[in-house]
Amino acid sequence: MTAFTQLESACVVLPNENIDTDQIIPARFLSTTTRKGLGEHAFSDWRRDASGQPRAEFPFNQPHNAGRSILIAGRNFGCGSSREHAPWALTDLGLRAVISSQIADIFRNNALKNGLLPIVLDETVVQDLMQRPDDVLRIDVASNSLHTPDGRCFHFPLDAFARTCLLEGVDEMGYLLARGDAITAFEHRREQELAHAG
Amino acid sequence: MKPRTLFDKIWDAHVVVPETDAAPAVLYIDLHLLHEVTTPQAFTELATRGLSPRRVDRCIATMDHSTPTLPADASGKLPYASAASEQQVDALRENCAKHGIELFDMGDARRGIVHVIAPEQGLTQPGMTIVCGDSHTSTHGAFGALAFGIGTSEVGHVLATQCLLQRKAKTLAIEINGPLRPGVGAKDIILHVIGVIGVNGGTGHVIEYRGSTIRALDMDARMTICNMSIEAGARAGMIAPDEVTFAYLANTPRAPKGAAFEHAKARWSQFCTDDGAAFDREVKIDAADIRPTLTWGTHPGTAIAVDAPIPTPTDDSARKGLAYMGFAPAETVAGREVDVVFVGSCTNGRLTDMRDVAMVLQGRRVHPRVRMLVVPGSEQVKREAEAEGIDRIVRAAGAEWREPGCSMCIAMNGDIVAAGQTAVSTSNRNFEGRQGPGSRTLLASPLSAAVAAVTGYVTDPGVFLSDRIAETI
Repeated sequence: MTAFTQLESACVVLPNENIDTDQIIPARFLSTTTRKGLGEHAFSDWRRDASGQPRAEFPFNQPHNAGRSILIAGRNFGCGSSREHAPWALTDLGLRAVISSQIADIFRNNALKNGLLPIVLDETVVQDLMQRPDDVLRIDVASNSLHTPDGRCFHFPLDAFARTCLLEGVDEMGYLLARGDAITAFEHRREQELAHAG
Repeated sequence: MKPRTLFDKIWDAHVVVPETDAAPAVLYIDLHLLHEVTTPQAFTELATRGLSPRRVDRCIATMDHSTPTLPADASGKLPYASAASEQQVDALRENCAKHGIELFDMGDARRGIVHVIAPEQGLTQPGMTIVCGDSHTSTHGAFGALAFGIGTSEVGHVLATQCLLQRKAKTLAIEINGPLRPGVGAKDIILHVIGVIGVNGGTGHVIEYRGSTIRALDMDARMTICNMSIEAGARAGMIAPDEVTFAYLANTPRAPKGAAFEHAKARWSQFCTDDGAAFDREVKIDAADIRPTLTWGTHPGTAIAVDAPIPTPTDDSARKGLAYMGFAPAETVAGREVDVVFVGSCTNGRLTDMRDVAMVLQGRRVHPRVRMLVVPGSEQVKREAEAEGIDRIVRAAGAEWREPGCSMCIAMNGDIVAAGQTAVSTSNRNFEGRQGPGSRTLLASPLSAAVAAVTGYVTDPGVFLSDRIAETI
């Protein structure tokens, strides 16, 4: 994972609440054994009509949204399944951050592992940001803050460990592997307890 | 010692490294379930890093999402929906063979939906931590286990280290008391609960289901309830083990036997919430308030009693859901014309679900407009149902009796609902297009689904079956 310190971008807005992982990446595209190339299927049933033609009104089909890397979405974004294909599809679309007033637990975990920053802000702030998608927002990971061009600053919750991983571009696997001795000691202790109980 | 919740006790027993402000806890995982859709990229990650699974004895794999529910042809070839689906199944087979992971493969008498087979085999036990790359892993909480879905990166973490990095969740007690009304079952209970607390009402929490209504349920019903905890956004759902749990486990192949079972039972019995233990939130529900419940919208929080008026939407998302489903405010779901009925899934693919369907279909015919699929959740459910003659009742009624798998719940294997069609489904998600692009899903109990199949319309099963239910009580 590459280090993630700052991000500046205008936004794409999907105001719907409860955008579930089946909308982000429909299940029929999960028959893959790699992480790559899922962006073209992201929001597939909203981007294209039944005949496969792009719907011009859908935000990700609009030329002025090309290259934008912040998504602002309605409350409870990413609910539903545990498929990590959802953040894979969104990062493949070029997204680096999702702003919502609530983000589902498993999606948030999966997003952080893929350099996609989940940003939860108050509903009123999110609604306000949705009204001005062309504003270039600046996100600073080290101070977990978001800055608007008119000088406002909003702090968002970010787990200290997740922040370190993002800033240093490291993932959790290395951290867990480094605890091998503690894991072995735990396994021995558990086995002794169970043998004693049995 | 301070009184602890069931969740606290399981959590405490699995902490390898305690959580601090700077880092989450390292939590030990007792059982890791694997299936074909969310594991191939994890095995690739392991290979890229030169790692091997740490404890293959704590892993069990099966294929369920992409597998056909029609039998093999004369040459033995299974009708996969696509070459990609078959490759995914092949990849799981290869990865399991390479690492020595036990696999319940196609043709194995123990194969089925991952959340159906682990309990059947007695792999799921009280006090365990259980994970799988699948959000419905919450099912296993019915045995008093801490069980939750994880992403593919985390599948890799558990394979390599048998551990996960976790922040401790908050606790939510949902206490349900009193006897159930006729025609009301576990599915109605959990749909009602999600309707009460909301599709995001459990976010950040682990739910413990309590109360006399829950205690009176069998294990199949408890699994249905815990299964849909994630549909309220909860991390996990759990029910403390009791004699019902122990009686179920005593009949499973992998639970301890003889004296070892008695020792295990004594240990399992400790996994309950202490008197005086505090939950972060508590919700109380009167079982008498629960009616046969279905959904009108495009998420499970849109649960409503079968004959209650659909509310007038107050926001764009609800308006969009209502329009997608083709409902109008003040209509009831009762009376909705039905095209497809699906019975199955990790929510409702167990033997008691098959029996509910057979009770309705016995001596009746599926409505001519309706296509009905009945898909047992596992080879064992299929075998046991067939021993009771349920397959013959289903076929005689004009419904299809299929091979085990996830089937039309996730519609990855070719079993799909066509665009515009209305499906009454015993599965867990009514998201837009979940059962096929443009499909419209009403979540329901097996009883409600079977009654809809017979009448061709959503119908109150309590009314339809009042005579028959009165006989069986």
